Amino acid sequence: MSVAAPIAVTPLRTRRARTVWSRLRSGNEIAYAITFLAAATVILITALLVYELYKNSAQARHLFGWRFLISQTWDPVVPKLGAAAFIYGTLVTSALALAIGVPLGVGAAIFLAELAPPAISSGLTFLIELLAAVPSVIFGLLGFLVLVPILQNMEPGIRAVLGWSPLFQGPFYGVSLLAAGVVLSIMIIPFIISISREVILAVPGDQREAALALGATRWETTWNVVVPGARTGIFGSIFLALARSLGETMAVTMVIGNQAQIHASLLAPGYSIAAVIANEFVEAGQGTVYLSALFELALVLFGLTIVINAVARALVLATTRKGQA
Amino acid sequence: VTSLHKTRRKIVNAVMLTITGLCTFVAAGVLVAILGYLFIHGARSLNWDFFTKLPAPVGEPGGGMANAIIGSAKVLLIATLVGVPIGFLGGVYLAEFGGAGFSFVVRYVTDLLNGVPSIVIGIFAYAVIVLPQGHFSTLSGGIALGVMMIPIAIRSSEEFLRAVPLSLREGAMALGASKAKAIFTVVIPAAKNGLVTGIMLNLARVAGETAPLLFTAFGNQFWSPGWSQPASALPVVIFHYAVSPYEDWHQQAWSAGFVLLTLVLGVNIVARMILANKAHVAR
Repeated sequence: MSVAAPIAVTPLRTRRARTVWSRLRSGNEIAYAITFLAAATVILITALLVYELYKNSAQARHLFGWRFLISQTWDPVVPKLGAAAFIYGTLVTSALALAIGVPLGVGAAIFLAELAPPAISSGLTFLIELLAAVPSVIFGLLGFLVLVPILQNMEPGIRAVLGWSPLFQGPFYGVSLLAAGVVLSIMIIPFIISISREVILAVPGDQREAALALGATRWETTWNVVVPGARTGIFGSIFLALARSLGETMAVTMVIGNQAQIHASLLAPGYSIAAVIANEFVEAGQGTVYLSALFELALVLFGLTIVINAVARALVLATTRKGQA
Repeated sequence: VTSLHKTRRKIVNAVMLTITGLCTFVAAGVLVAILGYLFIHGARSLNWDFFTKLPAPVGEPGGGMANAIIGSAKVLLIATLVGVPIGFLGGVYLAEFGGAGFSFVVRYVTDLLNGVPSIVIGIFAYAVIVLPQGHFSTLSGGIALGVMMIPIAIRSSEEFLRAVPLSLREGAMALGASKAKAIFTVVIPAAKNGLVTGIMLNLARVAGETAPLLFTAFGNQFWSPGWSQPASALPVVIFHYAVSPYEDWHQQAWSAGFVLLTLVLGVNIVARMILANKAHVAR
């Protein structure tokens, strides 16, 4: 034993030296280093992004503190700047988008995954995936030039049916929180559908067969067995859609009306965080509190979407893993 | 009583089938409506001038968007040069080299970056490039879109590389190839179709992005020679023209929207067809 040890050590050392040399020559180390650098760049860029938002918003953060989030006044001249109206507009339009988009999207996902004949399902899924690829400025174009006039024509009808509600009061000019919510709902439906469809398909087939064998109808199987199994993932798709609608810029900017006010009525014009950045960023002079406040708005939007995205991904991951196990 | 109960269950089944089916047709119908509208409004006034002339001043008829088309192409070229190498090599790392810990962090941050709203990416590019340089430029717009391409390029290349069977790697290495040689001469060529399709889809996505260009490429009524001047891009022009009060400009916005959507959906359709065929072969 004591003799064997020194004999084993010497060749090991030279072997190691030879491997390093041959690995270097074979390009493994170089390939590793280059691809590692590329992967690390992503982390670097994200860190730089957070740092830049934080640094450039310093002036506004020190001047306004936490009041920035609850103050409604947006007056760049004084300057007295608060984000409440934009946060309100962002949340209300996204909530409205979810209210319209979730039932439609989840319903369609259930139909495509469980109920539709395969031929119809694959064709429609293809169409809906294409809808997800339509650029947001196209939705804005159609929203502004087509949907807004349609909503204006529908105004008497809307008032007749929903006029009793405080959500549908006051003058209506077409561009409004309502228009933004409707456009957003159309934009998020494809995301809800395609992700929900996937998590529903990930539910193991024997659960369906068991329910059907017990005499359940197709719908009972779907609603009582399959959908509960995919519930977490469906919630994930909804959160993902929410994150998208919170950050959506162009389509909202074109139809929301761009008024920094808080109204309970959906018929009133509003403003969103992304929209105010898009409209006013170029106007704000370098080094001003105004520009700094816009950076802080971007920081708020960033934080909001990051949190909701993280929740969404955790939920989707949880279901698809469960399905595969 | 039991037969009544049975009938009720059957009715519920039929009703829910109808309702969910209607949801689907509404969602798909929206796409058809969008295509129809753009085709009717956009294709009608589309002519050769649109592709060859500069925008006409307000009130003058005619004019085109040649500068915006070239501008978009230049911005996308830079975006590809920035986004594809980093994204592709990052994907190679995750698929072939990555250890558990660091790979997890990279994937997590990649998803995080992918979820950042495009307007925030625009502000980032403004802070990093436009502010120090002191002027808007084609270059800054391209870098903004390039940053947007990275996360998707990473995840798609990782996915397509992982789809290459392990036996190919083992075969190459059994023949004496080093790991790097196996990856670059066997695995990547085997995944080539998927990788290229992924890049095409990625480009189609950022080609329609407007928000990141608003404070980087900014827009321009004229030609933008070189890389360091403000440049026009199709999505940005659509935005400015659509919200303008002029009927002529609305018409131009429809035409530009039609051209943009045709390009984006065309790439998507081709890419998805390639992927669908490949998926059958791979599995």
